[in-house]
Amino acid sequence: MNRYEAVIGLEVHVELKTDTKLFCGCSTEFGKEPNTQVCPVCLGLPGAVGVLNKKVVELATKAGLALNCAIGTYTWFDRKNYYYPDLPKGFQISQVFRPIAYQGHLDIDVNGATKRVNITRAHIEEDPGKLVHSGGSITTSRYSCVDYNRSGMPLIEIVSEPEMHSGEEAKAYLEKLKAILECIAVSDVKMEQGSLRCDANVSVRPVGTTTLGTKTEIKNMNSFRSVQYAIEYEVERQIDVLEDGGRVIQETRGWDENRGITVSMRNKENPDYRCFIEPELTPIELTEEWIEEVKASIPELPDARRKRLVEEHGLPEYDAGVITSSLALAEFFDATLKEFPDAKSISNWIMGELLRLLNARNMELSEAKITPSGLAALLKLIEKGSISNKMAKEIVEVMFVEGKEPDQIIKEKGMSQISDEGQLAQIIAEVIAKNPKSVADYQAGKKQAIGFLVGQIMKATKGQANPGLVNTMLRDKLTEEA
Amino acid sequence: MRLYNLSVFQLSELMEKKEISSEELTNAYLERISQVESGTKVFVTLSKGTALAQARDVDQKRARGEELSPLAGIPMAMDDNICTEGIKTTCASKILYNFIPPYDATVAERLKGAGAILMGKCNIDEFGMGSSTENSAFYTTQNPFDAEAAQGYISGGSAAAVSVGEAAFTLGSDTGGFIRQSAASCGVIGLKPSYGHVSRFGLISTASSLDQIGPFTQDMTDLALVLNTICGHDVKDATSASVDVPDFTKSLVNEVKGLRIGLPKEYEAGVEPQVAAKLQEAISKLEELGAICEEVAMPHTEYAAPAHYIISSAEASSNLARFDGVRHGLRVEAEDVLSMFKKTRSQGFGAEVKKRIMLGTHVLSTGNYDAYYVKALKVRSLVKQDFDRAFEKFDCLLTPTNPATAGKTGKNPNDSLAMHLSGVCTLPVNLAGLPALSLPFGMVDGMPVGLQLIARHFKEETLLRVGYTLEQSTNQTRPKPGLFLKYNIHRG
Ligand SMILES: [Zn+2]
Repeated sequence: MNRYEAVIGLEVHVELKTDTKLFCGCSTEFGKEPNTQVCPVCLGLPGAVGVLNKKVVELATKAGLALNCAIGTYTWFDRKNYYYPDLPKGFQISQVFRPIAYQGHLDIDVNGATKRVNITRAHIEEDPGKLVHSGGSITTSRYSCVDYNRSGMPLIEIVSEPEMHSGEEAKAYLEKLKAILECIAVSDVKMEQGSLRCDANVSVRPVGTTTLGTKTEIKNMNSFRSVQYAIEYEVERQIDVLEDGGRVIQETRGWDENRGITVSMRNKENPDYRCFIEPELTPIELTEEWIEEVKASIPELPDARRKRLVEEHGLPEYDAGVITSSLALAEFFDATLKEFPDAKSISNWIMGELLRLLNARNMELSEAKITPSGLAALLKLIEKGSISNKMAKEIVEVMFVEGKEPDQIIKEKGMSQISDEGQLAQIIAEVIAKNPKSVADYQAGKKQAIGFLVGQIMKATKGQANPGLVNTMLRDKLTEEA
Repeated sequence: MRLYNLSVFQLSELMEKKEISSEELTNAYLERISQVESGTKVFVTLSKGTALAQARDVDQKRARGEELSPLAGIPMAMDDNICTEGIKTTCASKILYNFIPPYDATVAERLKGAGAILMGKCNIDEFGMGSSTENSAFYTTQNPFDAEAAQGYISGGSAAAVSVGEAAFTLGSDTGGFIRQSAASCGVIGLKPSYGHVSRFGLISTASSLDQIGPFTQDMTDLALVLNTICGHDVKDATSASVDVPDFTKSLVNEVKGLRIGLPKEYEAGVEPQVAAKLQEAISKLEELGAICEEVAMPHTEYAAPAHYIISSAEASSNLARFDGVRHGLRVEAEDVLSMFKKTRSQGFGAEVKKRIMLGTHVLSTGNYDAYYVKALKVRSLVKQDFDRAFEKFDCLLTPTNPATAGKTGKNPNDSLAMHLSGVCTLPVNLAGLPALSLPFGMVDGMPVGLQLIARHFKEETLLRVGYTLEQSTNQTRPKPGLFLKYNIHRG
């Protein structure tokens, strides 16, 4: 089986986060009633011509720069001609001949090694509408409905070089791409809402050869994980075909999530798009100064942030990688760090409790109610010894769900530690009285005997005694009595 | 006094002086239309109801003493490929037989704003492909000078409407010369403005890089008035230029002394001797008035027509792809969506349109793209260079509009290439995006002759000045039709 090497290139469509569409003033808001966010331009009505949304150029440039691309100072739009009911003009406006961004790269980490994946191009194009079939597909349905709300939404298509060799690498590429685009706030990058969509070009070849095998294009993957699985399945399938003496057919295949296989989509032949320059729009001319301005607006990117977390805050590489994989986590970390300077304990809490709670509830951090200052306050209480770790875990869950401050939760739940010296002195006295042997051991120099006594005190207080205070008071008492 | 014989300027004055109302004027035009329309077949759609309502509205505004545009209350019409809100816009095609746009083209909106009265939508060749209206899916518009009502003369609804008095002025679109050619053969003025000077929003385009909306008028003064209203930047059209628009009436100057006028010698090839004689007459007159007329070389002229044919067909094949039966216009039901596309387009488009779509699809296909389309684009820039070089020396260029008398399109109206070649003098102008005027200049064998003036980009003012001077200094520029014997239609 390992006589073959997989070769994978990804085409990622990312919906840009603008208020209005690419060539008209219609709203881009997601999830509205079908065909309520349309106008003559995005419906392709006869005679309607559009005007380029400048914000799109800015966001596309920003994305290109963040992906280390060169930016074209003179680019234009072209038409890609094909017929489909979701394509109101009978052509898609795209950048075929001159993409706004080209020759970029991003670095991914797989199995502890860093690998560079080159990006061929990133170009601006318009989204078609959305088909809703009454049956399974357009060919098997009695009728299909078209929602043109999506028609004319601004996209960038980011095309990688065929330089990845496993589903895992592809997934890592997508995760990094998402982290970068999220960080520069050009897109919501939500695969489930369709603001990030990925097609994979997959081929295999004998190890040691350099010519590319016949590729298939895999579509319909709706999560990073399904991209990984679909590629893994497809690679196996192609190897099986070759092993059986067959030939891989160049075709588009759809990922069937339920069955975990790719299926040939025979109706999607590659048409001759007859591309030519869009005559109804003028070229995009950018000055170097403007590009520099956009560059200056780019915040610290995930890789730089990760480096900073390692170098300036002493986080382990692994922690830094997890924290910077999502902008929300990274910002949460930084904000917490401002109020509580122990980076490692923040990262422990984010990677431990916070991620556990998010995963268990399948939530985004933005949906959770816990705030960075809340977490910082909690960590301060732990540090002071006012609460135990165990209590803190209980508290953090309440903060997560209800968003209250830790002090309030402690008060409401009566969870506060016993820090009243009078009360503690009494309990300590009782424990000392009940355990003369341990006291004797301690006083005889067996310092570890104190642990048993502390345990007894915690037991007597149901874990609510302030452990720091207990330690100090107990030590003083024992020394005093000796 | 026949109101339909008066110019926009004269009618405007009458209304200003309250000698007539817009409603009376509109009714006079409607009466004229009812007299002649069965013969001329100018209109695809008449908008009588909205016209009268608009007219009354203008009259009320005037009664209230509001300041009004010179076009307020003036009956006009436009080609049926310019979108008009709530009024059918068919492109003279079966595929759009029932299309009612929910929006106005920017020019329609501007004219509406100025208070001009829309009488209806004029016949064209289907999607503007042709120059005789013989390719209209509905019927052929008669050339008003064509006594025998013979087929094959260049004509268009908008040009004929102004010629016979069914509208005081009209708007059409010019992809390869249609405005100028049909104006010339109907004895009226037609102007193709500079590309970018008049908004194309709402023009159902076939060749977006070549099309331009422009006016047909009875005289140069009216032309200036209409341009004042329709020119200017439009935020809805990316190809619209943001340049300052002058008051064009200031260019109505009877003076050409010292003006340098180039005579492209390549344009003379194939021009009928009698047409050439009229051109010479104009040259002599201009020289007599102090203009300097000299020959100029335009070496790439002969390649302009094939390049134009390729580019316009390529763009049309893409622009017309949206007519698939899904959203608007004709839908022929079928088993599946692909068959629906095919049946709708097969039954919806006429022969000439299909021919152009096939040609355009062919020249854009992989393998042909460089050989045809890219080569045509190269020719286009060479043609532009010819003009650039000529305009280094000359203020404007003078040519015939149609090479043949009244633009007889030839014996075989189905020969679209022959039809295309009749635009030999007008097509290069569209490739270069320049402004050009066709001015009536006398008659040959009972048919009007038109002269074409071409100026630098955004220099319509030069055209107005030369045109106005010729108009004022000769009696050639208003052929008194009179001449539509079969239907006894007169203007003037
Ligand atoms: Zn829209």
